[in-house]
Amino acid sequence: MVTNPPIIFSTDTSELVKKIITRYPEGRQKSALLPILHLAQAEFGGWLSVPVMDYVADILNLKPIEVYEVASFYSMYNLKPVGNYVLEVCRTGPCCLMGGEEILQYIEKKLGIKAGETTQDGKFTIKTVECLASCGTAPMMQVGDDYHENLTHQRVDELIEEFKNC
Amino acid sequence: MPTKILLKDLHQPGIFSYDGYRKAGGYTSVEKALKSMSPDSVMEEVKTAGLRGRGGAGFPAGLKWSFLDRKSGKPRYLICNADESEPGTFKDRFLMEKIPHLLIEGIIVSSFALGANVAYIYVRGEFKKIIKILENTIEEARTNNLVGKNILGTGYSLEIYVQTGAGAYICGEETGLIESLEGKRGNPRLKPPFPAVVGLYGCPTVVNNVETLAAVPWIINNGGSAYAGIGIGRSTGTKLISACGHINKPGVYEIEMGLPVEEFIYSDEYCGGIRNEKKLKAVVAGGSSVPILPSHLILKTAKGEPRLMSYESLSDGGFVSGTMLGSGGFIVMDEDTCIVRNLWTFTRFYHHESCGQCSPCREGTGWMEKILHRIEHGHGKMHDIDLLVDISKKIEGTTICPLGDAAAWPVASAIRHFRDEFEWHVLEPKECLIRNYGMGKEAVVI
Repeated sequence: MVTNPPIIFSTDTSELVKKIITRYPEGRQKSALLPILHLAQAEFGGWLSVPVMDYVADILNLKPIEVYEVASFYSMYNLKPVGNYVLEVCRTGPCCLMGGEEILQYIEKKLGIKAGETTQDGKFTIKTVECLASCGTAPMMQVGDDYHENLTHQRVDELIEEFKNC
Repeated sequence: MPTKILLKDLHQPGIFSYDGYRKAGGYTSVEKALKSMSPDSVMEEVKTAGLRGRGGAGFPAGLKWSFLDRKSGKPRYLICNADESEPGTFKDRFLMEKIPHLLIEGIIVSSFALGANVAYIYVRGEFKKIIKILENTIEEARTNNLVGKNILGTGYSLEIYVQTGAGAYICGEETGLIESLEGKRGNPRLKPPFPAVVGLYGCPTVVNNVETLAAVPWIINNGGSAYAGIGIGRSTGTKLISACGHINKPGVYEIEMGLPVEEFIYSDEYCGGIRNEKKLKAVVAGGSSVPILPSHLILKTAKGEPRLMSYESLSDGGFVSGTMLGSGGFIVMDEDTCIVRNLWTFTRFYHHESCGQCSPCREGTGWMEKILHRIEHGHGKMHDIDLLVDISKKIEGTTICPLGDAAAWPVASAIRHFRDEFEWHVLEPKECLIRNYGMGKEAVVI
């Protein structure tokens, strides 16, 4: 039987959480919710499960619903499990003008999944996103912290190969 | 040489770092303002400069500052809006990536003018690199006694914090941003009260765009009237334009207000003309929310005068034959662009980004997206075109925030100027599919 590890921030993250809360006036710790959800998502497997959101609610002294309604509003929070590499492909107008839709289709075909899905080995998720302010270097996608710009089939091939070998 | 204000030191070695920035004359406006000027006189210079909000609305920044409630006894806040999400706009990202200290300098001087001791930079969550850059930049400024307690021994104290968003276009709207900064959904607030009176945590707050704040140091160093002397009429100073689409040289350009649009598109100094020697079909001049204009109306006004890159000239002719400068997101389309497909992608964006508070926007953006999908994919009816216009009119002006207008204007203007193309999609549905506008040859129709 697989037991889930306990949901508790590492010492470093806990320190960071404390530091973030000091950025706001006393009693306004709710302001730390968005940054802390980012930390939680990064630390607990790339998505926000209900127990993780309840844990964050507890830290900030909020009602769980206050966390759920925020987590479901913002598109960067994943509410279901995702692959190790989330390919966030821009599909807004300026990227489409430069072939963004075609790049998306190419990635879908290459990985054998549609946008919103995860490969069976749990390695890749494709997610469509709206404008990431990289229109001058379209088409583009974001993977983790990095922007990958001026995408071509060849560049997509190289990137996916690189991620596979990581 | 064209006048440069924000990007004048872009190519100075080490401009990214504190030392390089300082060597190029950085932070002199902080010394000048904090040591020899009163907060009110800083504000007066910005008013004299005629600096207008660079996020899109174009509201005079000095006037906005003057509305700040200074008598409430509550803390006052400055928020820098770095939630750059308007499709076609990537100028703030460029500025923060290349010359981050310029923004911090602008924030310090502006906070001083407003009497704010805390400033937040609200950065969209996707800008993970920019967030790190800004945090390091603030720390460098702190090490040099430009942020923190008793700045340069003047007795003025300021903390600057970076706040991360999490993927919501609506948080670029100032009250949506404030809600988000309070840890809530980014649902915009009814105005009045305006943030200048009831803003963050119920306290007086000013929200300014990155580019607006970055212009303040130059204004303080050189004087408001020097700034007002640049540009044309009420469009003073310079503007960052992020150019994209079918041009030879996409990128961020600083232009003096009043530059002819034709020069901007065709000069090698800027966009370098349309790529592959194609013809210009249309331009969305100020981010996806502003009305699209066909080539003849973007190059010249309806009166036949050359169209200039300024608030007034771009809006000449109102929505009948004009558009807006907006955020400076300049999207260029060549003769092969399918206007219907492009509009469908824009409308999908607004549907996705509607916060859902107001029914005209929540429902209307979805209806428009569906109808456009239908027309683009060969199932449209002639009356769908009028239906789109009707829906757009019922969204415009009926919502709490301008996202409704922003969704309505592209639809209304595309049909106004390219109605024949919509009709053609209905009459000859296969034609567009065969030509597969805007997509590569291998594209499969979804």
